[in-house]
Amino acid sequence: MKTFSGGVVDDVRFVAKADYLKQLAALRDEGFEMCVDLTAVDYLTHPGRALPAEVVDSIVLERFEVVVNLLSLSQRRRVRLRVQVAESDASIGSAFDLYPGTEAMEREVFDMFGIRFDGHPDLTRILMPEDWQGHPLRKDYAQGSIPVQFKGAAS
Amino acid sequence: MTTTENQTKPGEAEVAAAETSEGRQELQLRKDISTKEMMRGSGAVLRMSESEVASLAGVQSEDQTMIINMGPQHPSTHGVLRLMLELKGETVLRCKPVIGYLHTGMEKTGESLSFMQGATNVTRMDYASPLNNELVFAMTTEKLLGIDQDIPERAVWIRMLLSELNRISSHLLFLATNGMDIGAVSMMLYGLREREEVLRFFQKVTGLRMNHNFIRPGGVAADLPAGWRDEVLKLLESLPERLAEYEILMTGQPIWRERLQGVGVITRDEAIALSATGPILRSTGLSWDLRRDMPYLRYDKVEFDVIVGSFGDAFDRYSIRLNEIRESMKIVRQVLDAMPQGDYRIQDKKVTPPPRGRIDESMEALIHHFKIFTEGFKVPVGEAYVAIESPRGEIACYIASDGSSTPYRMHVRAPSFVNIQSMPPMMRGGLVADAVAVISSVDPVLGEVDR
Repeated sequence: MKTFSGGVVDDVRFVAKADYLKQLAALRDEGFEMCVDLTAVDYLTHPGRALPAEVVDSIVLERFEVVVNLLSLSQRRRVRLRVQVAESDASIGSAFDLYPGTEAMEREVFDMFGIRFDGHPDLTRILMPEDWQGHPLRKDYAQGSIPVQFKGAAS
Repeated sequence: MTTTENQTKPGEAEVAAAETSEGRQELQLRKDISTKEMMRGSGAVLRMSESEVASLAGVQSEDQTMIINMGPQHPSTHGVLRLMLELKGETVLRCKPVIGYLHTGMEKTGESLSFMQGATNVTRMDYASPLNNELVFAMTTEKLLGIDQDIPERAVWIRMLLSELNRISSHLLFLATNGMDIGAVSMMLYGLREREEVLRFFQKVTGLRMNHNFIRPGGVAADLPAGWRDEVLKLLESLPERLAEYEILMTGQPIWRERLQGVGVITRDEAIALSATGPILRSTGLSWDLRRDMPYLRYDKVEFDVIVGSFGDAFDRYSIRLNEIRESMKIVRQVLDAMPQGDYRIQDKKVTPPPRGRIDESMEALIHHFKIFTEGFKVPVGEAYVAIESPRGEIACYIASDGSSTPYRMHVRAPSFVNIQSMPPMMRGGLVADAVAVISSVDPVLGEVDR
């Protein structure tokens, strides 16, 4: 799928979870040497996304979406993969063997969203403490707030 | 630059038989190991959790290695970076960067701030180059709004001017801290002094030394103040002679070269595999700079050179940054000549608040003003990824919008966060003292690492 925004072309591809690593390997052989970014989105409260017409039959929208940005230094090209990950089976293959640089990024996604990456060498929390409960960037993660009292202010 | 054959480190022979819980740790020559093996098997990264390490206390064996913590409270860890170093004598075998001490959930916070307020949040991530953070956030929002081609020319050139000055100030801070880490303490004073002069200009323009919230979706917050051109020219005049001073103080100095040349070597394949960008990638000889290779703003209209190194060592990264200051000055000069007249922000009433004077006269202006500052403007459903070249590498912003006035998900691809991964291969087989040089030459900003 291509989205156009004021002349800038983004190459966005929806990939089935089962094909994810195969696709990555194919893209790496195609010349995308670097995985610049790997992140995820929790679409819990925003289910109304539209799939492009060409993948609407093959891809089912799920709660989580892993977003991978690849960069080709030789062709000066970017491609973005969007992979749907179900809440019931929140795991996906690790890209570590293809792109070792995803090590920290996958750990961050695991830490923040609780998505497991199968085959990751050290899938532990990276930003939160080791014994932390819950995954902060999930949309159902309880957000607390502390009421602030302004002492001595004229009311 | 002189040639250094530093693939084999001193002390490599004596650590060859180190035994750890992961088996025999044969240190092979760098050239004999593929990057994949390097990361997965032969072990530059210490793959042990903190509790595992703690449980090893008291274990006695012969050829034992020692695991020590460097940081988080250590003057040369640039804030609160903590490294678990596995040592054999004074040689670093493996290391594991432990981060998260500055984690304040800024990506989560970004989800509850409107696109108008978002810049105040992202600007605090990489506090050494706040304007680049604001720029990438603003550009992503504009792309989602579909107005990225409609930003007035003057706003675009102001953004370029500030971005380049920010690169100068950030690299000056690097020179200062790098000098301090290596032992050239007077360099710290010089670097911070010059950086302060750039920040003084920022204060005149934006009102603040750091965390400016100046580059906003739609343009910039205000026009440049009267006399800005003279201020910039004064900066450009004073800097070259200071840079020449640094060259005498550091570049040509034998101790400085001894400390940096051949230290923290990373190969091109490793840098690409580890997704390292910015001066780390360029130090390996790969000429990659988003300003030239995927131009944004008007970087295709200015001339500058991309500085590359040859050996991928700490000295290359030092001299790349030093010379990038000169290139940025070249760009700033061209911006001064090309700065057009006109609006400094887009005249789209849905994005840009009306000028203060209009509020008293027009009911509509008052409503727009009120709407923008309470509710914020709505951004169409979609997602966008925009990347620019920050002083530390590729900084990018990924925003998924659900059509409301706050981002549904706001993710910042922080160059320091990714670049930290290249530390273990750089440190492997070096001395503890070289580890300090390596941290310094990667130049991480921990606010951005932890977000």
